[in-house]
Amino acid sequence: MAEMKSLRDAYGETLVELGEKYPNLYVLDADLSKSTKTEGFAKRFPERFVNCGIAEGNMMSVASGMATCGKIVFASTFAMFAAGRAYEQIRNSIAYPHTNVKIVATHAGLTVGEDGATHQCLEDLALMRAIPGMVVISPSDAYQMKAALRFACEYQGPVYIRAGRLDVPVVYDDSFTFEPGCYRKVADGEGISLMYTGSFYDTAMKVRETLSHFNINIKIIDVPSIKPFPEEAVIEASEDAQLIVTLEDHNELGGFGSAVCECLTSLGSDKVSKHIKVLRIGSGDRFGKSGKAADVLQRYGLDAKSVAKAIIRDKYPEFLDVLEDEIQ
Amino acid sequence: MDTQVFAKKMRRYILDEIYTAQSGHPGGSLSIVDLLSVLYNEEMNVSADRADDENRDRFVLSKGHACPALYAALALKGYIPVEDLKKFRNIDGYLEGHPDMKKIKGVDMSSGSLGQGISAACGMALIGKRENRPYRVYTILGDGETEEGQVWEALMFAGHYKLDNLCVIIDHNNLQIDGKIQDVMNPEPFHEKLQAFGFNVIKIDGENPDRIRGAFKFAREHYGRPTAIIADTEKGHGVSFMAGDPAWHGKAPNKEQYKQAIKEVE
Repeated sequence: MAEMKSLRDAYGETLVELGEKYPNLYVLDADLSKSTKTEGFAKRFPERFVNCGIAEGNMMSVASGMATCGKIVFASTFAMFAAGRAYEQIRNSIAYPHTNVKIVATHAGLTVGEDGATHQCLEDLALMRAIPGMVVISPSDAYQMKAALRFACEYQGPVYIRAGRLDVPVVYDDSFTFEPGCYRKVADGEGISLMYTGSFYDTAMKVRETLSHFNINIKIIDVPSIKPFPEEAVIEASEDAQLIVTLEDHNELGGFGSAVCECLTSLGSDKVSKHIKVLRIGSGDRFGKSGKAADVLQRYGLDAKSVAKAIIRDKYPEFLDVLEDEIQ
Repeated sequence: MDTQVFAKKMRRYILDEIYTAQSGHPGGSLSIVDLLSVLYNEEMNVSADRADDENRDRFVLSKGHACPALYAALALKGYIPVEDLKKFRNIDGYLEGHPDMKKIKGVDMSSGSLGQGISAACGMALIGKRENRPYRVYTILGDGETEEGQVWEALMFAGHYKLDNLCVIIDHNNLQIDGKIQDVMNPEPFHEKLQAFGFNVIKIDGENPDRIRGAFKFAREHYGRPTAIIADTEKGHGVSFMAGDPAWHGKAPNKEQYKQAIKEVE
């Protein structure tokens, strides 16, 4: 069993390291420091931690004011209350003046689980992506998170980093460096390319394993850099492929799947085949619901079996019956 | 420069900006002229040649639509060439309809979306407190602006963190776009509410320079709590036909009106 670690735990640990390195780093939270894991920083550097209480709009604008005084300011809460509730403060107080604020939003997506639809933010990538000058990162494991945070400290300007709630497999190691527009091909293949963002490494590898029983060998690409978006990743996904499948714990309208399609349509036919099709798999255009995270993912078609099925249904409908037996 | 002269020039510049652009907010710009003239000409430790000094005082115009007044003050302080005021709200200019800190030295925070400026001012004041810096932070809000919930989040924050280097000024001209604040959505009583949020509160005639000076001195000399100044003002002050009329919230004068207004403020 691979080592497991949540992105928010990686965030909490890395913040303390970064706090040592950058004496001008401040951290803000909105009464969720135990959940977002900023608590460790708060204990180690109480003089540079500010609890803003349950007032996310104010927190974002306060963060920007602090940043104008030469600070690197991290502001954390759940994705719903950062990108959602405080959207306009992020846009007008942070992004428009392009201040040095890093929004690290945890508990994004359906994997919030039991708390249900009101807390499962499925729109944050779409919202943040549409803001001019915002860098948007959706790491897939603890080391990508760590690398994204290191990058954010060196980068001058607003950054949005998305993290889920769950413990997820550690895929990379400490040598992972984040650069704007970076991606990783994690498995080679042809015919079908599966591109994902967020913690879908295990899911993608299971899908690959299942499809291998039909002699379908899919390529897998992990994309943490949502904005700027890596055109190269799409070109690589489209090589020797007729189908690109996108996977995200987010509404595919406006999210990662949309970003892939936008990129694909703007690439000329000299770069990508015009016969390529994109199958977007996300939460669907609907709200989430309560349940164990694994059960919710399954209900919304984001578990390995559902994804494999969706791909077979799309490309090899004649195998559907066989698939049922194969993956019992 | 004498502060009265500073204020007089500001009124002239405000009218010039809005008339030339044929767009802008004269009412709420004219109501803060006396406040800004004392702030920029006397109170704040700022100057154009050290606009990036980390120990300079800060000012955030939370009611960003009143920026013709801020631009006028910045022009008189040498941050903006007076000539450039003619390009207010102009596609080829940099004096945006609401202040953009990226484009103008001397603007400490971009503002315009009501309720957000005061929060940013709180962030600046908090750094000042935590790092024991000598600077003070001033912010002006519209009285109508206080209908935004975020204002009360910010006031709660300022009170909680005892930001005694913060001075919040409410431009109490009693009018918002749709009419009297008491009729649209009454945010009063300010005095009791601000006190309850942990502020020292003083209510002054916001068009009397002596009272304004006294209020800033009071704020400077009171430790342990932030200070709020409720400044009674008149929307459109100084121009008879604009004064007290909410119709002049966001309307530019025509040529005749402009001429008449200039005559009155000169």
